[in-house]
Amino acid sequence: MNDVATAPALRTASDYKSATKPVWCPGCGDFTVLGAITRALASLQLAPHDVAVVSGIGCSSRIPAYTTCYGFHGVHGRALAAGTGLKVARPDMTVLVTGGDGDGYSIGGNHFMHACRRNVDLTYIVMDNHVYGMTKGQASPTTEPDWDNKLTPGGTGIRSFHPLVIALASGANFVARAFSGDPGGTAETIARAIRHPGFSFVEILSPCVTFRPEQRGWKQQVHPAAVEPTDDPARAARRIMTDDGFNIGVLYEGSRTPYPLQRAGRAVAADLEAEFVL
Amino acid sequence: MSAVRIAAAALVDLMVQALAMERAAVSRYNALADVMEVHNNRPVEALFRKMAAIEERHAQEIMTEMGWKNDAAVPKAAADSAGSEAPESVPEDLVHYLMWPWHALQLALAAERRAEAFFSRLSQDAADDRVREAATRLRDEEREHVALIKAWLDRTPEPGSDWDDDPDQPRYVD
Repeated sequence: MNDVATAPALRTASDYKSATKPVWCPGCGDFTVLGAITRALASLQLAPHDVAVVSGIGCSSRIPAYTTCYGFHGVHGRALAAGTGLKVARPDMTVLVTGGDGDGYSIGGNHFMHACRRNVDLTYIVMDNHVYGMTKGQASPTTEPDWDNKLTPGGTGIRSFHPLVIALASGANFVARAFSGDPGGTAETIARAIRHPGFSFVEILSPCVTFRPEQRGWKQQVHPAAVEPTDDPARAARRIMTDDGFNIGVLYEGSRTPYPLQRAGRAVAADLEAEFVL
Repeated sequence: MSAVRIAAAALVDLMVQALAMERAAVSRYNALADVMEVHNNRPVEALFRKMAAIEERHAQEIMTEMGWKNDAAVPKAAADSAGSEAPESVPEDLVHYLMWPWHALQLALAAERRAEAFFSRLSQDAADDRVREAATRLRDEEREHVALIKAWLDRTPEPGSDWDDDPDQPRYVD
């Protein structure tokens, strides 16, 4: 007789998915990222009420509504600010901050650098499709300089932002690149990022099949990182700066002490209200 | 622990895994049907719902065979590793909002073939007779599903090369 009757039910990925139907374009990489997040949470057996998913604005920033975790769909580019505040106020919670390349590297670029620098224990997941999809296909910080379309004929001619090396130089404690076409690998990387103390940054190549249909070809371009992650930032920077942008895996695992989080005494509502009395 | 008990436990593990695979396929087909519903592709939505119902029936057959009356009776497996993608699940990145049922059936066919290969490997590798027999039977079932979907495909119109032409494209900026 096994202990079936008494064993607590294990959570599965579907326990973290809400009933809200995603409105992303069919084939969008963000579907897989959502699935990878839910599978990572299931593998860690975290209770949905102990997890918060915080986002900014953009297609990928819709993710909080599609999970059963606590969610905050915030202001454009300010997801990391909200997520940091939440983690400092509630260190017992697992905080995932999610968004896209425009939200995170342009509108929220300054928050990105300083979140890396602060090294608060949270996980930042960026779904990078090298385009502003929600607003119909404008070039984003990570768009290739020669991407030709009607809005930017001949391309922007501007060097692409390099989020991984910026994160590393700014002090992120965990840096990884994943690909949405590799759901298992992406879920494992996210789980590893959540477990790693400090600020963990996961850049996920997530094709926009509507405005960048050629990104379906990424599936043939990605390849696993040839070497194990390093804890030496200089070595990691050299690798990241010289790779082809399709090197998938954990690239850096640092050991910097995270920002100290202390469980402050809870203020009662009346005290908080008193601070706002005119 | 006796050898028989070890064999029984291993068989249960196999069937728990098979059930999880079927349920993952149900969940994925329903998710893809939702996507098609949101994008008003009703024929493909209906096909994905039908595939979900078929996979659900397979899941129920496993429950009945094992005498599991409800989910509480299913032995608990270890928590899934994050990296495991069920072989019978259709990848989410291979769909298109204008796809035809023919495309959807091609995806379903590939998924059934992966499941067949999965159980085939298990049947070859299993050291236990009962596990080998069960894996072989599951492989044969998946093989039947492959044949059924092939027959379904033969009755399904193949799209022309212009299947993804959209007179009202979302990309109005270029």
